Amino acid sequence: MDDAASAPHHIASLADAPVRVVSARIGLGTRLSNLWGRRELLRNLIASDIRIQYKGSVLGIVWSMLSPAFTLAIFDLVFSIFLKNGIPNFVIYLFAGLVVWNMFFAGVMSATSVIVDRAGLVKKVSFPREILPLSNVGSAVVYFVIQLGVLLLFCGALGHAPDWHFFLVLPVTFACLCFFTAALAIVMSALTVYLRDLKHLTAVALQLWFYLTPVVYSYENSLAPALHKHGLATLYFLNPITLIVLTFQRTFYVSSTVISTVTHQPLNLLPTWSLGQYFERNLACLGGMIVLFLIALAIFGRLEGNFESEL
Amino acid sequence: MTTVIDVANVNKTFKLHYERNQSLKERLLHPRSGRTEIFQALQDISFTVDAGETVGIVGHNGSGKSTLLKCICGVLQPTSGSISLRGNLAALLELGAGFQVELSGRDNVYLYGTMLGFSKKRIEQIFDEIVAFSEIEHFIDTQVKFYSSGMYVRLAFAVAVNVNPDILVVDEVLAVGDERFQAKCIDRIRRFQQEGRAILLVTHSADQVRALCDRAVVLDGGRMLANGDVADSLRIFRDALMQESVAHQTEGEAASIVVDAVTTPNGSFDVATGAAMRFDVQLTSETAYSGNFVMEIYSRDGVLICRTDRQSSPVNLRPGVNLVSVELPHVPLLDGIFDINVGIVDERGSNVKAWSEKVATMQVTYGGREGGLVELGALIRQQ
Repeated sequence: MDDAASAPHHIASLADAPVRVVSARIGLGTRLSNLWGRRELLRNLIASDIRIQYKGSVLGIVWSMLSPAFTLAIFDLVFSIFLKNGIPNFVIYLFAGLVVWNMFFAGVMSATSVIVDRAGLVKKVSFPREILPLSNVGSAVVYFVIQLGVLLLFCGALGHAPDWHFFLVLPVTFACLCFFTAALAIVMSALTVYLRDLKHLTAVALQLWFYLTPVVYSYENSLAPALHKHGLATLYFLNPITLIVLTFQRTFYVSSTVISTVTHQPLNLLPTWSLGQYFERNLACLGGMIVLFLIALAIFGRLEGNFESEL
Repeated sequence: MTTVIDVANVNKTFKLHYERNQSLKERLLHPRSGRTEIFQALQDISFTVDAGETVGIVGHNGSGKSTLLKCICGVLQPTSGSISLRGNLAALLELGAGFQVELSGRDNVYLYGTMLGFSKKRIEQIFDEIVAFSEIEHFIDTQVKFYSSGMYVRLAFAVAVNVNPDILVVDEVLAVGDERFQAKCIDRIRRFQQEGRAILLVTHSADQVRALCDRAVVLDGGRMLANGDVADSLRIFRDALMQESVAHQTEGEAASIVVDAVTTPNGSFDVATGAAMRFDVQLTSETAYSGNFVMEIYSRDGVLICRTDRQSSPVNLRPGVNLVSVELPHVPLLDGIFDINVGIVDERGSNVKAWSEKVATMQVTYGGREGGLVELGALIRQQ
């Protein structure tokens, strides 16, 4: 009897429910609001991603702290004993750039094949598909935060204070990194459906990209003079990761110029921009990245129509 | 009535690749190789489903019913036309498609629920109900990879129906689980109907459509052949099937047989329980044909009461008009109205040659006190 009584109520409330259109093409605005509406799914996918990663291991999530800590310790050993480049506390410089790179790499690399790998899900369950690459970026963000914690611990252990003023810029920089990684992840995940080679190509391209980014070397010290001579500096900065890495290095490593421990000559490590200049550049970068992200969503929208027949 | 699903002029075309060249090398070396052909999977489909309605989509393999369902769920985008939905929709295209086998049943309930579009809070509220329905209480914290296929499917079905969607879309997944679980699923679907939710059911089982649906849409080769009353739609569906099977037969066999009329000796279809009944079926055949005669009796709510033996009721039809009589020595049915379908199948009883849906209606009157569908004449004595 209860059911019968509730039926009219149910139908009455349905009459007020909004109408959703599942038409040939979803506009960008709808796409964004759909994404926002499904943020719980995104959170759940990220959580399950991370849980699966450490399922069955005794230390579990602790590994995500231990492994960067070990990497850092090994770098410290190697660069202070074997590969002396004269830069004091080089591990901090290196790791500040590496956390950024690791997030970018992990996000793009895992997203590239995500739609192909989860074809069963994509073909059978309806949800905004861009959530899949975004969940890869999301788990990369989680590991990024953990690694950042390790970096701060290391700074403390080495008695090296970061430039706290720059923590005002970091949120903007971090947003740049997220939007850029997400944009690339979304586009690559969709393109790989049509061109399966991209999975392997991306791995190679990212390796090259790593060396186009000043992570293991210093931009000012090794590249800036030559690039400025040929007027190529602008080209180099077209790589958004460069600005992001430089800002992180500036924040955690602090000094733009150091005295080499080997030659005892001054070394230019980082651009000598002021806090305001960093802020301006990062803001401009963020604007660009948001536009890029929207373009990526639009491209994804054009490509997703044929997923079903290509998978 | 509120329309919850509105499908308007939907078309869907697929590109068929004869040579799947998905590697970069192939594309660069042979940019034009591999013929592609446009395949029209859906052609100008329009229909609506109101709140509280259960609509069946029937069609044989490759008729486009799954494609249509995928378009409605948003898994596929139609090439043109639009589909609007009102309220939230849960689709069961494949049970457990979103499961992560490494995770526990509990985690998967949340993951699958949010994937179907429901909030975490909502799932928390009905978590116990879901677990109870799936009957895997003891294993809910076990990794799903250790589940048997039955447990897997039960958990998935439990999530999808317990989140109480406004629209439930089911694609031939009711054929899972053991008989008891199936009955439970059907029962839940009936409750959905009572609650005024809309259900879209894809199946090729005519029995299921009769039992559950208010209306049926018939698809054939991507076109909509019928949209209406279940009996009418099923008749059109059977006709389409028959044309197909005629087309597949060699010329000598391609005879057409038509059921002209079903009559009774006294012209009345009213009968009392326990009395005898005789039907005279008039058939016109183009050529001589040897096959079996079949008759089905359905109750008004779609329950198949009886289908006569379709392997050993031989008839040898002559060209021209033929008469077949069906005698029921005593009708055991209790009072009610019953629909009659008759047809001719081949000698093995598998291929339908002629079929006529709802060709007659029989009214039974009963004077006794037994209830249900049939009179058993039960004798009750204290020993």
